[in-house]
Amino acid sequence: MQVPAPVEYERATSVDDALSLLERHGPESRLIAGGHSLLPMMKLRLARPTVLIDINDLADLSYLRLEQNELCVGAMTRHRDLLSSPLVAEHFPIMRDAERVIADPIVRSRGTVGGSLCQADPSEDLSAVFAAVQAKAVIRSAAGARTVPMDDFFQGPYSTAVGPAEILVELRVAIRPGSGSAYEKVERRVGDWAVTAAGACLWLNDGRIAQAGIGLAAVGANHFRAAEAEASLVGATPSEEVFRTASELAAQHANPVSDQRGPEDYKRHLVGELTIRALRRAAARATGLEG
Amino acid sequence: MQVTMTVNGEEVTRDVEPRMLLVHFVRDELGLTGTHWGCDTSNCGTCVLWLDGEPVKSCTVLAAMAHGHSVRTVEDLEQGTVLDPVQEGFVREHGLQCGFCTPGMMMTARWLLDHNPDPSEAEIREAISGQLCRCTGYKNIVKAVRWAAEHRPIPAQATSDEMSVS
Repeated sequence: MQVPAPVEYERATSVDDALSLLERHGPESRLIAGGHSLLPMMKLRLARPTVLIDINDLADLSYLRLEQNELCVGAMTRHRDLLSSPLVAEHFPIMRDAERVIADPIVRSRGTVGGSLCQADPSEDLSAVFAAVQAKAVIRSAAGARTVPMDDFFQGPYSTAVGPAEILVELRVAIRPGSGSAYEKVERRVGDWAVTAAGACLWLNDGRIAQAGIGLAAVGANHFRAAEAEASLVGATPSEEVFRTASELAAQHANPVSDQRGPEDYKRHLVGELTIRALRRAAARATGLEG
Repeated sequence: MQVTMTVNGEEVTRDVEPRMLLVHFVRDELGLTGTHWGCDTSNCGTCVLWLDGEPVKSCTVLAAMAHGHSVRTVEDLEQGTVLDPVQEGFVREHGLQCGFCTPGMMMTARWLLDHNPDPSEAEIREAISGQLCRCTGYKNIVKAVRWAAEHRPIPAQATSDEMSVS
C-alpha cells in the first residue's frame, strides 16, 4: 500500500493566508493544488513535506481572461478549463493541442496549470507550452508581486523561481497579431508522459517570422526551449526549408537520455520530426489555413 | 484531525490522520467498500468517486481535502431497490467479468450521461480513457453505457414495467 508519510494539513482561505501559512511553517511546507503530482511523489518518498497547505479553496485564482492584450491564466485553472476554453483555442491553439494529450479527463479535471508548472517535471507538457509562447509568471510573496519570464521561472528539473514563502498566482501571455501555434507529442500509450514532445509558436509580420518560440519536453532542453532553432527562424519567410533547418538545430542541441521510454537516438529523431510538424501547423494556423 | 463531509447525502465525521487518502477513508472508515482501491498511482481509475459532483481518483485526494465537501460513491447509484440505468446496462450488456474496475467505470459513466445524455462511442471511450479494464476489452463497457443512454431514468411507476421487459 502506498500512502504518504505523516504530514500536517492546513487549508488556506486566501492568497495572503497561504503566504502567512508558508511563512509560519517554513521551507519544508508545501502548497497542494490538484495534488496529482505531489501526492504520488509523497507516496514514493520523493517528496517529504512536513506540512501541506491546501489552496483548493482559492477559487479567485481560477480564471482565463484577456487583459490589455495579454491572455491571463490563473494558477488554479484546471487542465480541463484550459482545454475547453474558446478564448484559449482562439489565441493559443498550442494549449488545446497539449491539453488533449495530458493525462486523462479525470486527472485533467483536478490537476492545475500552476501546479504542473511549479512541479517543473522535465517531461511536463505545459512547461514546454508556456516556454514556447514565451509567457511570464506572476509570483506573489508577502512583499508583493514580481513577474519573471519563463526562462527565469524554470531553474532546472523540479526547480523553479518560486521561493519557499511565495506562490505562483498567474501566467500571462502577450497576444500579438499574426500568431500561430501547435503542439506535437509522442507517447507510449494514452495519457502517458511524453517520449518526446515539441511545441511551436510563430508570430508573422508582413510574411516574415518576427518571433519564434519552440518548446521541448522530455529531452533535457534548457528552460524547455530550443533557442538555436528559434534564432534560425527569426526574419525568415516560412518555408519547408527554414523549418527543416530549425528542426535539425533543435535535434542537434537537445539532450535526451535513454530510459524506459526510448533510446537517446530515437528521442533525438523525434525532436526533429515533431518540431517540423509543429512548425508546419503553427505556420498554417498563423496564415489562417488551419484552425 | 477531525474531518466532516457529506457522503451519499449523509454527514459523517471521523478522526483521521491528515495523510489518509480519500479511498481508504470511504472504504476503511465508512465501510463503503464498493469503491475499489487499485494501482495507487492514479492510473487505473477503479477508485473513481465524485467529489462535489465531479469524478476524481480518490487514491490521489486526501480525506482532509474533502473536509466540508460532498462525496458520492457507487453505493449511491441504486435508488431504493431500483438500479441506476448504468448498473442495469452493465448487467444486460455484460459490462464486467471480474468486476474490479466496475465501480469506477460506473461512476464515470453516470457523470458522462448526466452531462452528455447521448454520447457517441468515441465520447464514451474518451470519458473512460483514464480507467483500465483487463477483462472486457472495453467493448461491452461501451455497450453498457450506450444501453444506459437509451434507457434514461424514468419515473418510479413506469420503471417497474420497464424492468420486467427483457
